[in-house]
Amino acid sequence: MSTPATTAPPPVVAPPPTTRRIPIWAMIAAVPALLLFLAVLENVTGAHDLTSSGTIAATLVATTPIMLAGLGGLWSERSGVVNIGLEGMMILGTYGAGYFGYHYGAWAGVLGAIMMGMIGGLLHAIATVIFGVDHIISGVAINIIALGAVQYLASNTFVGLPGGGSTQSPKIPDVPTITIDSLSNKLGDIEDNDTFFISQLASLLRALCTNLSSLVLISLGLLILTWFVLWRTSFGLRLRSCGESPVAAESLGVHVLRYKFVAVLVSGGLAGLGGGVLAMVASSNYRDGQTGGRGYIGLAAMIFGNWRPGGLLVGSGLFGYTETLGLRQGGTSVHALLLAVAVLALALALNQLRHGDRLAAVVIGVVGIGLGVVYFLIDEVPGDFTRMTPYVITLIVLAFASQRLRMPAADGQIYRKGSAG
Amino acid sequence: MTPRMTKFVLAISAPLLALAAAFVITSIVLAAAGDPVLDVWKQILSMPERRNVANIIDNAMVLYLSGLAAAVGFRMNLFNIGVDGQYRIAAFTAAVVAGEAWLPGYLNTALAIICAMAVGAVWAGIAGVLRATRGVSEVISTIMLNAIATALVAYLLRKASVRVEGSNAIGTKVIPEGSRIPNISIGSGPGQEIYGFVVIVVLVGFLYWFVLNKTRFGFNLRATGRSTTAATASGINITRMVVLAMLISGAVAGLVGLPILFGDSYQYGSTFQSGLGFAGIAIALLGRNHPIGVAVGALLFAFLNEQSNPLQILVGVSPDIVAITQGTIVLTVVISYEIVRRYGVRLEQQAVAKALVPEPREPEEANA
Repeated sequence: MSTPATTAPPPVVAPPPTTRRIPIWAMIAAVPALLLFLAVLENVTGAHDLTSSGTIAATLVATTPIMLAGLGGLWSERSGVVNIGLEGMMILGTYGAGYFGYHYGAWAGVLGAIMMGMIGGLLHAIATVIFGVDHIISGVAINIIALGAVQYLASNTFVGLPGGGSTQSPKIPDVPTITIDSLSNKLGDIEDNDTFFISQLASLLRALCTNLSSLVLISLGLLILTWFVLWRTSFGLRLRSCGESPVAAESLGVHVLRYKFVAVLVSGGLAGLGGGVLAMVASSNYRDGQTGGRGYIGLAAMIFGNWRPGGLLVGSGLFGYTETLGLRQGGTSVHALLLAVAVLALALALNQLRHGDRLAAVVIGVVGIGLGVVYFLIDEVPGDFTRMTPYVITLIVLAFASQRLRMPAADGQIYRKGSAG
Repeated sequence: MTPRMTKFVLAISAPLLALAAAFVITSIVLAAAGDPVLDVWKQILSMPERRNVANIIDNAMVLYLSGLAAAVGFRMNLFNIGVDGQYRIAAFTAAVVAGEAWLPGYLNTALAIICAMAVGAVWAGIAGVLRATRGVSEVISTIMLNAIATALVAYLLRKASVRVEGSNAIGTKVIPEGSRIPNISIGSGPGQEIYGFVVIVVLVGFLYWFVLNKTRFGFNLRATGRSTTAATASGINITRMVVLAMLISGAVAGLVGLPILFGDSYQYGSTFQSGLGFAGIAIALLGRNHPIGVAVGALLFAFLNEQSNPLQILVGVSPDIVAITQGTIVLTVVISYEIVRRYGVRLEQQAVAKALVPEPREPEEANA
């Protein structure tokens, strides 16, 4: 600092909060608000699959693996280790579920998935934490190794089993699902009534009490547990301090490397469980290429969620929902979404104009009008484009949200013991 | 040993150490799975036949381009994971342009190559612009763009394609004979030819070296990769550099599929080779982003791929074992470079300490 030490220190001003914390009541109110929005959209466009209980149930199943991968990313990056190897750890998880699930039963499959994921995590931890390898390099290597390893293992262990082969495992037994019969039927009646908003509410509740996989529930529990451990315990505070400023953490007596090691292991276990959910809930056996890049998407969901559990849930939900729409009557549903995005874009453009950002307003406005025109010109979105939807939406959302995000300050930096001096 | 010799030995020992480690780890995996370890290595390390050599060189060419595309980004600290999407959308474009044959003969080829590079550059440029103006991590955006490219190419292929004779596969129009790039023979007999595209590949390798190491632009790029703050201080426009680096990386990625297109398949179909992009990342890491190093890495990967092909038939082991070897090599290379670097630093420190110790040691001992 070149300022002379004699000058009076500037008045202490509290730094403006970087992100406004969303109050808890707003988060709870968001669910019915979203339902209302979709109900209006359904009525306007006539796309009836937007909020059917089937769609919502499928969304839950599609969201869970992505959320688990994102949770894995959260643990790892909060401790300062970038984990692009999530994809590989998920792949290992799908195999673990297939092998242990077939031989020793459903819950063994779940444990097997977690364990295989942790092996990937262990590899990443050894490379990045102990040997100080660049985090992305290690992650890429793990993705290559994991893919090769499961293909090799599958052709060694699944060939010759009933229904198994070098690219898929035999059928895995199911984990228990939860159904409340009477409630489910009653809600089904209300859903079929087509009353505005009430039906949508009923279909949401119906999806929650019909064939709800216990793994989905456990995963949601893990999300809450993660929030509690990382933000409400001293262990979590220390872990996050390793991601923000390892030097400061070590000078206060935190075993930085040990915390990072544990965080990456947990990260691998969560991603592995995500792979397990893919194999056991979203499908009924291990298949080659089952993850389809969901590990990366989980990472994107976590970044979208600003490295926080709540945001991560919203991000993975958005992805799971658009993915589900693309798979079920994709043409009409995604067509309806076009209108929604067009309206949202125009609203955003007006907002930008109010803030005096003329250029952004024009660009967003033109995009909005363009989407609106496309909506009225075509009746259905071609299948290839519906499959693209989740990726395009992720890209757009990141383009708008990225500048408000703040990642852990020392994320991705290589830390060597004793750097605190 | 002279210091120069020490430096050379250290530089050589890192990759050797890495290979040895990968060899040991793969052997352990094989043994653990109960597969015949010795037979596998006997096959992989056997002398390839002339026909296989040609295949190795062909495969290496493609991997080399993919590796260089990733390396351009790495030099600037940009992780272009999207080579996969870029090369597929570019190869598709080239196939359509060349198949339509608007221009005669090699003019058509040149136009197709330029179009491929432009499309690859634009696809990567999206990620570059998002990174430079909106701060979106290029790792995430290129992965999203990969998935989008897959769906887009599938859609366009269905629109622009003709049915391949005698099968259900679809593909673009076949490139006319005058616009194909003739293969070069490396022996006598069938199958002993390599893609004529090799000339362009070598040229790209040279240009990579020249532009990065001998031009001001290359210096700026490397400087930005080393330290953005220092680069900004010396007047480099970082935003512009990010976009430019992504454009170049994408343009090189656009070339990846072309040796196959102009030398073998002559059309882009649903069976066009995929997954070349991720291998390129590994190869760039392996070759330390050096044009010769990347070439060695590409040859090594191609060698492993080709030699492992008959494993299933000959010894009943899945050739996927080689992917484990390849991934392990990437990891062990980085680790062994780090170990060797630390060792080298220690050697230097010892040498310096020895040189600094004053010859007459009495006063020091007196102090002690």
